[in-house]
Amino acid sequence: MLLTIEGLTKAYPGVVANDHVSFSIGNGEVHALLGENGAGKSTLVKMIYGLVRPDSGRMTLRGVPYEPANPNAARSAGVAMVFQHFSLFEALNVAENVALGMDHPPPQRQLARRIREVSETYGLPLDPSRLVGDLSAGERQRVEIIRCLLQDPKLLIMDEPTSVLTPQEVDILFQTLRRLAADGTSILYISHKLEEIRSLCDSATILRLGKVVGRCTPREVSAREMAEMMVGTTLQVPTRAATEPGEVLLEVSNLTLRPASPFGTVLRDVSFSVRAGEVLGIGGVAGNGQDELLSALSGEARDLDGAVRLRGRPIGKLGPTERRGLAVLSAPEERLGHAAAPDMSLTENVLLTAARREGLQSHGFLNWGKSRGFAEKVIRAFDVRTPGADVAARALSGGNLQKFVIGREVLQRPEVLVVNQPTWGVDAAAAAAIRQALLDLAQGGAAVVVISQDLDELMEIADRFAALNEGRLSPPRPTRGLTMEQIGLMLGGAHDMDVAHV
Amino acid sequence: MIRLIKRPTPSRFWTAATPVLAVLLTMIAGGLMFAALGKDPVAAIRTIFYDPLFDPNFASYSRPQLLVKAGPLILIAVGLSLGFRAGIWNIGAEGQYIIGALCGAAVGLAFYPAEGWYIFPLMVMAGALGGWAWAMIPAILKTRFNTNEILVSLLLVYVAQQLLAAMALGRMRNPQGGGFPGSRNLSQYPAASNPELIAGTGMHWGVVAAFIAVIAGYILLQRHMLGFQIRLSGQAPRAARFAGVNPARLVVFCLGVSGALAGLAGLFEVTGPAGQITIDFNSGYGFTAIIVAFLGRLHPVGILLAGLLMALTYIGGELAQFMLGIPSAAIQAFQGMLLFFLLAVDLLSNYRIQLGRPEVA
Amino acid sequence: MDIFGSINLWVLLASLMVAATPILLAAIGELVVEKAGVLNLGVEGMMITGAICGFAVAVESGSPALGFLGAAVGGAVLSLIFGVLTQVLLANQVATGLALTLFGLGFSALIGQGYIGVRPPAMPRLDIPVLAELPGLGRVLFRHDVIVYLSIALVAGVWAMLRYSRIGLILRAVGENHDAAHALGYKVVRIRILAIMFGGACAGLGGAYLSLIRVPQWTEGMTAGAGWIALAIVVFASWRPWRALLGAYLFGGIAVLQLNLQAAGVRIPVEYLSMSPYLITILVLVIMSSGRSRAALNAPASLGKSFHAQG
Repeated sequence: MLLTIEGLTKAYPGVVANDHVSFSIGNGEVHALLGENGAGKSTLVKMIYGLVRPDSGRMTLRGVPYEPANPNAARSAGVAMVFQHFSLFEALNVAENVALGMDHPPPQRQLARRIREVSETYGLPLDPSRLVGDLSAGERQRVEIIRCLLQDPKLLIMDEPTSVLTPQEVDILFQTLRRLAADGTSILYISHKLEEIRSLCDSATILRLGKVVGRCTPREVSAREMAEMMVGTTLQVPTRAATEPGEVLLEVSNLTLRPASPFGTVLRDVSFSVRAGEVLGIGGVAGNGQDELLSALSGEARDLDGAVRLRGRPIGKLGPTERRGLAVLSAPEERLGHAAAPDMSLTENVLLTAARREGLQSHGFLNWGKSRGFAEKVIRAFDVRTPGADVAARALSGGNLQKFVIGREVLQRPEVLVVNQPTWGVDAAAAAAIRQALLDLAQGGAAVVVISQDLDELMEIADRFAALNEGRLSPPRPTRGLTMEQIGLMLGGAHDMDVAHV
Repeated sequence: MIRLIKRPTPSRFWTAATPVLAVLLTMIAGGLMFAALGKDPVAAIRTIFYDPLFDPNFASYSRPQLLVKAGPLILIAVGLSLGFRAGIWNIGAEGQYIIGALCGAAVGLAFYPAEGWYIFPLMVMAGALGGWAWAMIPAILKTRFNTNEILVSLLLVYVAQQLLAAMALGRMRNPQGGGFPGSRNLSQYPAASNPELIAGTGMHWGVVAAFIAVIAGYILLQRHMLGFQIRLSGQAPRAARFAGVNPARLVVFCLGVSGALAGLAGLFEVTGPAGQITIDFNSGYGFTAIIVAFLGRLHPVGILLAGLLMALTYIGGELAQFMLGIPSAAIQAFQGMLLFFLLAVDLLSNYRIQLGRPEVA
Repeated sequence: MDIFGSINLWVLLASLMVAATPILLAAIGELVVEKAGVLNLGVEGMMITGAICGFAVAVESGSPALGFLGAAVGGAVLSLIFGVLTQVLLANQVATGLALTLFGLGFSALIGQGYIGVRPPAMPRLDIPVLAELPGLGRVLFRHDVIVYLSIALVAGVWAMLRYSRIGLILRAVGENHDAAHALGYKVVRIRILAIMFGGACAGLGGAYLSLIRVPQWTEGMTAGAGWIALAIVVFASWRPWRALLGAYLFGGIAVLQLNLQAAGVRIPVEYLSMSPYLITILVLVIMSSGRSRAALNAPASLGKSFHAQG
């Protein structure tokens, strides 16, 4: 055994993140840690990596007690980690980023050479002198992986590594991981994507609410069995009645837009249209222009050329408030700090977007009673778990806040609703409820645009699918009948080949 | 080992209690400082905080002074607090105060020796406009060129001070002043003076304006969309843009209001308590108002109380200088300390302190 | 014409370096602080504290060198208050920086009560042999006190540290993304507090240079905005050490030139000449910030944000 974990427990105020968790990983084994968001996976790996210290329990690494006081100690014991939200520095170059993750880095020139060597050995091409801020999400992940590999780790921890990759990039990553495992490196692979785990991992430990609820050999059980162990209940699959799409509500033609931030993505020549009663799914790997597209539709970013139209009328010059007046609503990806103000109460947070449509103000003066009433309506209708409307937004769990944010828009009866990552980091039950609400909205005659990195979600609820790649949008295609391979090509930016087929 | 745990919702109790706690801690630390200076700390604290209000010998003089000193501090601090809440840092109120006084005085001196009811209102408008215009410089540079408003507004204080010197020694010098620097005495020119409205209270038009500013500030922040947008922009700038707030307009509004109020404070000061434009008629109210704004937790009612308290330290400080020989610089350090302690204990409203074993060694 | 004729160019250049040194010292310290992701607006307060600490120590001990040491310690101790408040107690950096300035002005005036009108011991000039005899240039470059050379060495040292050393790399990483640095196991708070103290020591040295060499005497509020100008120079320099040197010397040039014009009796009122350095600083800030995309790349991404480790 390489690493054995026995009875590891960690409690935070109000929640036991890990409750007597035990499992072990053999040499060269690819071990999956499976669980929903909030199941305690992140806390567990933080303890293994020395970022968090357990309250009780024991870890044994290669036969000796293992109690890393900090990540440096973990690294020198041979444990390396690739983070879900990259621990990278955008304004520094690749070699500098790699050096920061090493305890005794060689001089820069020598390091650059070794980066090239390793990147060629494992099929992960990378230029050591480029700024990380200019790299794609997939390339950034390579930086993290190479940083780990240069230390020659015995155990490599990977936290949700495929959430930012195209299917083709996932294949490359899996080849790299299999080669590493064959060379004797053990891999702890954290994910909630069942098919990936079935194709990659030798064994799996399943966590729910901080406890180990099952162990299995992924190749021998079905994805459905694993899903039920992970979630604990049978899931409600969103339903929808087939409807005929109506008139075109939102139309975007040849939208080109510079980003506001230095490392943002330029939108190039984006065109699509959405009809009443239709859900358009926009897929893509993180950082390919999703935020920028949402800003262009919400009104945070203006386009002056009339590229964005509502029922044929240009609305590109209008700000968010004016667009809301026209029933064009949106919900951005980042819940805390963008869709909602963390330190403000829910009553205050409904004022962000609903002041005008719900009549929460008159002549600029606020009606707090009505605001509270609307907040309570959202809480009731979307089953938001909170002690009340006076609670600060940051006190809600991710799933509950997301339900609140989506509910706030849906209850304002939008004609066009644009959402970015509606179920990111949300538990399965809440995700199902949110998807159902979006479908019901479309059924009621609204045009819905769902931007998401979760392809399964888009396949489930979207009528048509388009992919964003480096700020370009592929022509939308009907979801029905799309294969994973075709989607992969669209995500990778090979639009022209598709057009030839159609 | 002490750990900080973020509260899910800010504590209401500590939000109100921290300023009180900070004042108490400052009294203790200040007492230590006075002891180090060889003064009796208890007597010093008593002279600063108690005697101006209750000592039979001094209270009759000191009590009216309370409003005289608190008026400009509150007026300026209410304006500053709007910007501070929105993350717009106007720290050049001292400059806007000087320019407001200069503009207002210029109007008054231009009319000299005419009489007319309209002269003083015109001066008030000129004062507000002057402060507003001086604050528009950092506002426009920020919105047009993204220039840091902190540095520009502060650097403009030094420019304003030089301008004040140039005026006091040059164009505004009293032609009948026998060559001494300083303008004609406006408080002795009835059409342009800002007299005590009720004898023995210290109440003058500036104090009235300060009270109006407190009420207006309260309504703006609690009841109005603009006040909500100000709070939202300070707490979550990105969410504010999503909600449709125009950041540039907010910068212009916040700097403009704080500049105009600082200008008004300057005008009321130069026509009343100070009486004339001199090279040093400004007494640092623009900077002290920053402390007042924070001590009042950027809340209009809090600022009202904080302004009175800070005025007390000024008056008590003068008394302590006179009675105990405590240097005025010690009072300045004392006020600075108050801000330190306030910032230090402020964390209690957003974090819980937990005693326990360390998370990471 | 004869106004400019009366100003000796070489003397002007030499005094420019002297005029620029206090601001350069403060600016290079603040540059390191900001590179670590901390915005300390208390430079003015730390400079004036350094000015009086250095002055008092030098007068009491009779040694200017000890005076400078005392100034560095004084500035560093004051900055430690800022460090504890902002890094441990998570206070707002802008407000705390202002508090530092307000406190420093009062505190220095308090200490300085007994030192008004006192002459400090003189700092010996360090004429570099042979080179100092060069006509023109020798006078400009090689006949200064040791602090002038130290300030230039400090710029070179900071430049090399940021560019080539591991410490510099870690410092930049902490300023760029403190969460990532923490995840990699770097002690964000400790690194930042050390950087803050370095900045405080540098500002203290700058203040002492004013009170011990440039003026040389103690007057209340004698820094007269030099700390704020140092902050502006860091922005002007886009966080690059050699550009901070350039900025400080440009500013020193303006300051010396306007003083010379005053002395030469130009027919512009003294007050308008005295305000020119501030106006020019504002102008430079505007020019630098308007080309923002380039400067933004160099600005530390975590500048001014509080860091609180979760978990």
